[in-house]
Amino acid sequence: MSTVDATLPARPSGPAAAARAWAFVRRHVLTVYSLLFFAYLLLPIGVVVVFSFNNPPGQFNYTWHSFTWNNWRYWNGVPGIQSAIELSLEIALIASLIATALGTMIALALVRYRFRGRAGTNILVFLPLSTPEIVLGASLLTLFLNSNLIGFTIQFGFWTILIAHVMFCISFAVVTVKARLIGFDRHLEEAAMDLGANEWATFVKVTLPLIAPAILAALLLCFAISIDDFVVTYFNAGSDVTFPIFVWGAARIGAPPQVNVIGTAIFAIAVTFMLVNVFLQDRRAKAA
Amino acid sequence: MGLGFLHRHRGTTPYLLLLPGLLWLGVFFLVPLGFLVYQSLQSGNFVVGYAFHWAWSNYWDSVKGYSGEFERSFEYAGIATALALIVSYPVAYWIAFRGGRWKNLLLLFIVAPFFVTYLIRTLAWQTILSDHGFVVRSLATLHLVAHGGRVLNTAVAVVAGITYNFLPFMALPLYVSLEQIDARLIEAAEDLYASKLHAFLRVTVPLSLPGIVAGTLLTFIPAAGDFINAQLLGSPTNHMIGNVIQSKFLETGDVPVAASMSFILMAIIVVMVLAYARAVGTEQLTG
Repeated sequence: MSTVDATLPARPSGPAAAARAWAFVRRHVLTVYSLLFFAYLLLPIGVVVVFSFNNPPGQFNYTWHSFTWNNWRYWNGVPGIQSAIELSLEIALIASLIATALGTMIALALVRYRFRGRAGTNILVFLPLSTPEIVLGASLLTLFLNSNLIGFTIQFGFWTILIAHVMFCISFAVVTVKARLIGFDRHLEEAAMDLGANEWATFVKVTLPLIAPAILAALLLCFAISIDDFVVTYFNAGSDVTFPIFVWGAARIGAPPQVNVIGTAIFAIAVTFMLVNVFLQDRRAKAA
Repeated sequence: MGLGFLHRHRGTTPYLLLLPGLLWLGVFFLVPLGFLVYQSLQSGNFVVGYAFHWAWSNYWDSVKGYSGEFERSFEYAGIATALALIVSYPVAYWIAFRGGRWKNLLLLFIVAPFFVTYLIRTLAWQTILSDHGFVVRSLATLHLVAHGGRVLNTAVAVVAGITYNFLPFMALPLYVSLEQIDARLIEAAEDLYASKLHAFLRVTVPLSLPGIVAGTLLTFIPAAGDFINAQLLGSPTNHMIGNVIQSKFLETGDVPVAASMSFILMAIIVVMVLAYARAVGTEQLTG
């Protein structure tokens, strides 16, 4: 298969080496471009990693000064950073569990049943994905601010953050699990039922194991989205500080290199998970 | 028998499955949108409190006082979306048709930026584009930036930041739609049309339209509401409507006006998305 690069004008013949080089570029222009694209994509990540080892002379970690392990050794050496990370992890863990449970149930209902209100459900699941985060955050804040109208006093903090995170994670969980359910062989379930299993037993023994990879994927996705969220959290956190809120505050006075350390650590863990997933997929594909 | 059990409960089972999730979305997504409107028609401030009295003037004040920020939001988001499309289409094409057994690994590279906290990767751009960084120095050598000129704290930096941050939202749907194209269709077109360019424009691009539509929406919508790039990479003259909403809600306590701005932002986006969906004639939006 060749590509659009064939439309580039041919060059008049020059010295043989230059012509060969040009022919090479012309043939591989798309590949060269793509590699440049990946370099661009990965450049800021490289900066984050490299500057986690910087020993900045002042409060600004913008220019390279000298190499040090100390930022990694004293990763929690900045006041507030450890409690911020702990809060983020706690919220991400609980929110991804709740959102994935609720999302999986919605996905099962949408794919398995024909019922009145199905189209409306699809739209309601799709809407949060197509609403700017700032609107999600702002509107939830107005709910909490006006909660006294219905006799509640809301304390901003852990619970309001958790509510917000579950809210914007549900749709991602639904989409992830739905994709897997659609390509699912229903005959396996029918076979189980023919053999005398009831609906619940069929679900636990047949359906659940088959969609387990999708549920795991949804969990990881929700966890990643939750731990990275700034906008919605910032609107509903009150004075509580998650890791992204910590970074936002630190950025105003010059973020310490420990921020890069945590950023690098999160990146490394996420990439490891993804690489394992890619590896497993390849192995499964080969086995099939 | 098992199937009898299934039939007896068919009526209520889907609703029981839906109930908790939809209740959550209803109470914490739909109802708050109502409260947003309610709040936008109040008046008052942080000190004396807020009271509802159909204060339509909030809407007028937001549009009149902040039309520049509104325009900038859609302008920056529009340019960033177009750039993201142009920049990532060739790469999505390359992975889809040339990726071979490396496809999954290459896709991992595409989503890699998402694994670095949003704020931290934007701060990395602050470092890259800073006044003494190599980008500004190289541009100055090429006389693309005046000596002593800067990239950071300009509109260019903000648009570049937005483009970068939402690039995977564009590249992934493009890849998915290109990957589904049967390469034989393109070969057939190349046999029939005279040039490869024609085959590309008349066959490949139209067949990848669902990906283009999904990618532009997934990029444009969050970009229009963004305030992080304008805050960290721009100057106050580059502020978008998100910056104003954020500061009025959380800093100055001008909550009703901020609520009206949020509502206007959402209304404009909904209208644009509907118009766009009608123009390209796709009904695949809700998957």
